[in-house]
Amino acid sequence: MELFQYPYMQRALIGALIIGLAAPALGIYLVQRRLALIGDGVGHVALTGVGAGLLLNRSPVLVAVIVATLGAITIELVRARGRTSGDLALALLFYGGIAGGVMLVGLSDATSANLNAYLFGSLTTISPQDLVTIGVLGATILVTMLALRPALFAVCHDEEYARVSGLPVRALNLLLAVATAVTVTIAMRAVGVLLISALMVVPVATAQQVTRGFRGTMTAAMALGLFAAGAGVWVAATADTAPGASVVLLAIASFLVVAVAGAAWRVLRRRAVPAAAPHPEPHEVILG
Amino acid sequence: MTFPVITVTHGVVGYDGRPVLRDVSLTVTAGEVVAVLGANGSGKSTLIRAALGLVPLAAGTVELFGIPLRRFRQWGRIGYVPQRLGAGGGVPATVREVVASGRLARRGVLRPPGRADREAVDAALRAVGLADRAGDPVATLSGGQQQRTLIARALAGRPELLVLDEPTAGVDAASQEAFAGALHAFVADGGTVLLVAHELGPLRPLISRAVVVHHGGIAHDGAVPEPAGHHAEPDHDHVHPHGPDEPAGLWSS
Repeated sequence: MELFQYPYMQRALIGALIIGLAAPALGIYLVQRRLALIGDGVGHVALTGVGAGLLLNRSPVLVAVIVATLGAITIELVRARGRTSGDLALALLFYGGIAGGVMLVGLSDATSANLNAYLFGSLTTISPQDLVTIGVLGATILVTMLALRPALFAVCHDEEYARVSGLPVRALNLLLAVATAVTVTIAMRAVGVLLISALMVVPVATAQQVTRGFRGTMTAAMALGLFAAGAGVWVAATADTAPGASVVLLAIASFLVVAVAGAAWRVLRRRAVPAAAPHPEPHEVILG
Repeated sequence: MTFPVITVTHGVVGYDGRPVLRDVSLTVTAGEVVAVLGANGSGKSTLIRAALGLVPLAAGTVELFGIPLRRFRQWGRIGYVPQRLGAGGGVPATVREVVASGRLARRGVLRPPGRADREAVDAALRAVGLADRAGDPVATLSGGQQQRTLIARALAGRPELLVLDEPTAGVDAASQEAFAGALHAFVADGGTVLLVAHELGPLRPLISRAVVVHHGGIAHDGAVPEPAGHHAEPDHDHVHPHGPDEPAGLWSS
């Protein structure tokens, strides 16, 4: 515990908690429209931004935000237009992104340790300025995702209906794309490009096994993200493991625990009420 | 009551160069209940989707409430009921949450829901007989109940015009009756309805005009045609059972 007396560990913990809260708040919309892996793709593209930043001697995170945003907007435009060639176009973007990143990092003076920091996260090297960036961007994402929940829910749930409701569907989709890019880039410091999607998706997957509604799923996923981030950093500090991997493994462990507990509870409940075993079709109400 | 609500003039729609609608004109005036009938693939769904701007017109014009589609912004006056619940649904949503989406056309994106929104959602749930299922995940409902959730979503916006795409396809008889009841109340309040149907079932007495679409053109516009074949038999009850109820599993949402 005394490790947390050091400012760098405090920054690591605060940064992880902000990301643990913001990532599932955005991720739930991606899961809802069955784009759970989009964060992964944007992360690959962000790596090219990191490489460009290192090569040009600019802030890698800043350049990564710009490149990832452009990538996410491209992906969204491909998705909106897209027919069958959509996923091929996405694949090109993903692999182009990671290959470009590795190449640019190689061309710069950076060492492989630098690259690893972005691939797998480097919470303990977060500077005070980094923390301010993470805090401001994370809070913006969180407020936007919560304040626009009815509209974003409608767009992700039924895009055609949203259009007939007069919602600015394209603007909301682009907003989600940009928010994905920003979240990926700030989460890059915590869990790394290769594990970003986990923090967006796994808490949502865990929550929806026991929740009944969207709002409940969102609240539970944010709580789970917060728990995984906090506990992951603590485990990493005490057991000297990689923080990013610890956070993600804890999130996946929560998923397994909830899945097993949920299945056991359903079995027990079925045994307790044997009459309900073969689910009967619910009675329909007839209106006069 | 002859104010035109929907006016499609010489509408042409094609998918990938294949014409689906050729030179179709249709006017629905306030207070009418118009059924668009036709075989599968006749273009009847395309007609109403084009009228709402969901499918682009290759030629022709659409006006909603007398305003060209391109400039139309009063979407709160329209309630749209799609054929089935959208593919979006990786995350559970309660019946109430889905129905509450129907208020967005009235409220806009930025304003948080207020008491008027909650009351309208409650009233819409009562109108389709789903008030007791408000807190249940939509995925646990039967096909007919899901369809009633969608009509409640449209009704929650207190629209003047309801546009329904095959509202009774694959829906059990009891839900069809509930559906007809809700629609009857809507029409009695002066609402206008445009619906696409394969067969009318219990909706039949409500229909004031029928439009038959055949091979992308309008083959009939006027009185509701008499049912033919086995559909005409008095004991034909139009029941379309849906698939078996799958148990909730680890990977189901």
